[in-house]
Amino acid sequence: MNASPSERSGTGPTAVWLWTAGLIALGIAAPHFLYPVFLMKALCMALFACAFNLLLGYVGLLSFGHAAFFGGASYITAHAVKVWGLPTELGILAGVAVAAALGLVFGYLAIRRQGIYFAMVTLAFAQMVFFFCLQAKFTGGEDGIQAVPRGYLLGSIDLNQPLVMYYFVLAAFLFGFAVIVRTINSPFGQVLKAIRENEPRAVSLGYRSEHYKLLAFILSAALAGLAGSTKALVFQFASLTDVNWTMSGEVVLMTLIGGIGTTLGPVVGAFLLTTMENYLAQAGSWVTIIEGVIFVICVLTFREGIVGVVAPYVMGRRAHPEPIEVEEPPPVKIRETAAEG
Amino acid sequence: MFDWLHIAVPPAPLFFAQLLVGLINGAFYAMLSLGLAVIFGLLNIINFTHGAQYMLGAFCAWFLLNWLGIGYWASLIIAPIVVGLLGIAIERLLLRHIARLDHLYGLLLTFGLALIIEGIFRQQYGSSGQPYTIPPELQGARNLGFMFLPNYRAWVILASLAVCLATWFVIERTRLGAYLRAATENPVLVRAFGIDVPRMVTLTYGGGVALAALAGVMAAPIYQVSPLMGSNIIIVVFAVVVIGGMGSILGAILSGFALGLIEGLTKVFYPEASSTVIFVIMALVLLVKPAGLFGRAA
Repeated sequence: MNASPSERSGTGPTAVWLWTAGLIALGIAAPHFLYPVFLMKALCMALFACAFNLLLGYVGLLSFGHAAFFGGASYITAHAVKVWGLPTELGILAGVAVAAALGLVFGYLAIRRQGIYFAMVTLAFAQMVFFFCLQAKFTGGEDGIQAVPRGYLLGSIDLNQPLVMYYFVLAAFLFGFAVIVRTINSPFGQVLKAIRENEPRAVSLGYRSEHYKLLAFILSAALAGLAGSTKALVFQFASLTDVNWTMSGEVVLMTLIGGIGTTLGPVVGAFLLTTMENYLAQAGSWVTIIEGVIFVICVLTFREGIVGVVAPYVMGRRAHPEPIEVEEPPPVKIRETAAEG
Repeated sequence: MFDWLHIAVPPAPLFFAQLLVGLINGAFYAMLSLGLAVIFGLLNIINFTHGAQYMLGAFCAWFLLNWLGIGYWASLIIAPIVVGLLGIAIERLLLRHIARLDHLYGLLLTFGLALIIEGIFRQQYGSSGQPYTIPPELQGARNLGFMFLPNYRAWVILASLAVCLATWFVIERTRLGAYLRAATENPVLVRAFGIDVPRMVTLTYGGGVALAALAGVMAAPIYQVSPLMGSNIIIVVFAVVVIGGMGSILGAILSGFALGLIEGLTKVFYPEASSTVIFVIMALVLLVKPAGLFGRAA
């Protein structure tokens, strides 16, 4: 997908850090005003959407199968903590590791195709994971894995306290968010954007675009896994919903409505959609219908998303509606380790 | 001494029964991937609404029967026309506006439409299926010696083959099809020759959608008419399309039937894998021939 002007003008590194500081303050204060479980769900979805946006917004790859990493990791973490009795942090690590491994395999295969095919391939692989989770013994089929213990963080911090759990989820979100911001502002991230804008040119400059795409895919999958693992602990429940294709669609919608390729857009989109689902929880399929309508409206008239439209005003850089692209000069030397963030 | 044969070779009735199920599924994969390929050729979008339109076809037949008393044979004609007209409206009102944008937006828009259509029907009819009886002319079964072949299933296989071949004939062997293929290659040039490409785009989308609806009507007596029938099948069809590659019409037909058969065979030999075998094949094809078996390299 093409870059929106907002991404060029609105989200410079300093502005992002300023916003992040405000976000952290808001995050710390929020549970005193709002229901913590709602906030925790929204934070998990926000991290999920940010991870997804790393691929769509900065590499231009539309994955329609991110539920596989999200839901897969949530199953692994739930199983590891409940059945194997692993400590919480190791359980999350296991979920993230499996998500990253799935990302490696699916990514390796999917990046052989581009555009629409990429979306279809990822969707198909995610469906394979769904069927696996439906049939495998350890996932409990339609029942899912219930009553997952939250346990003690590092053996001493009791996660069963709602506020403690909330701050743990906030920390997980901020960690993932920081990794993403660091990645897109690193030389590695610059190459990703170059690939998004013009892959043949990036290749002709000597960048092995497959390596970059695959690394970004794995990173995105791992962070989606972190979101899924955390969500399993929040709700103490891992189910087929999280691995279903509708979840893949939901994360696309969150990113689209918030603003593709903006740093904060997915967060805004995730909070909006989670709020809507919260209010319409009793309304059955109306959630699906409204989501579909939002999809159609966004694609037809609102492709920049909320942050894409608002950010230029907030940042006070609306001097030129279509600012001339001023990117940092291309990095002379790319270190592969830049991906670690 | 030949004990292992009992494991390796399943009893013949089971074998042929699953083969038949595979062939039936393959018939629907073929018809749906054919419509997807035709639409993709001209509009360059993947029609995510295809599954919902297949479901609409089945529901249309069900409405016609239960509300108006119109039977199966008339539904075979009316339902595709109704759903096709709906498709034309979608193309005119929505898809046309995003034709110049990145093709991924087309995918997102049609995905949203699929959510709307499916959500409405789920709200109204829940997730359970509505039965649709087999037309009296096609009830019963005939004994082929090695198995019983229900007449309706034989009809579905033959009819879908006929539909697929007719579509192939229109696109590859008629003047209209030649315009279509030319417009796929270079719409601007074809327009310069005085051919109304935008209208052709509209009609092509309507036609592809009508094919999906026709498949839906044919599926109604076999699977139940359910709001979820579309999303269950469309993702498999996407995998079929990736395997076959969208470059050729005949490729879409062949891979549809072949993958249905393979799925049926997997049910005999290793039932646990039957729902994932197509995705595994997709992975293998991506490794060996990323453009798809019948596709052209991008």
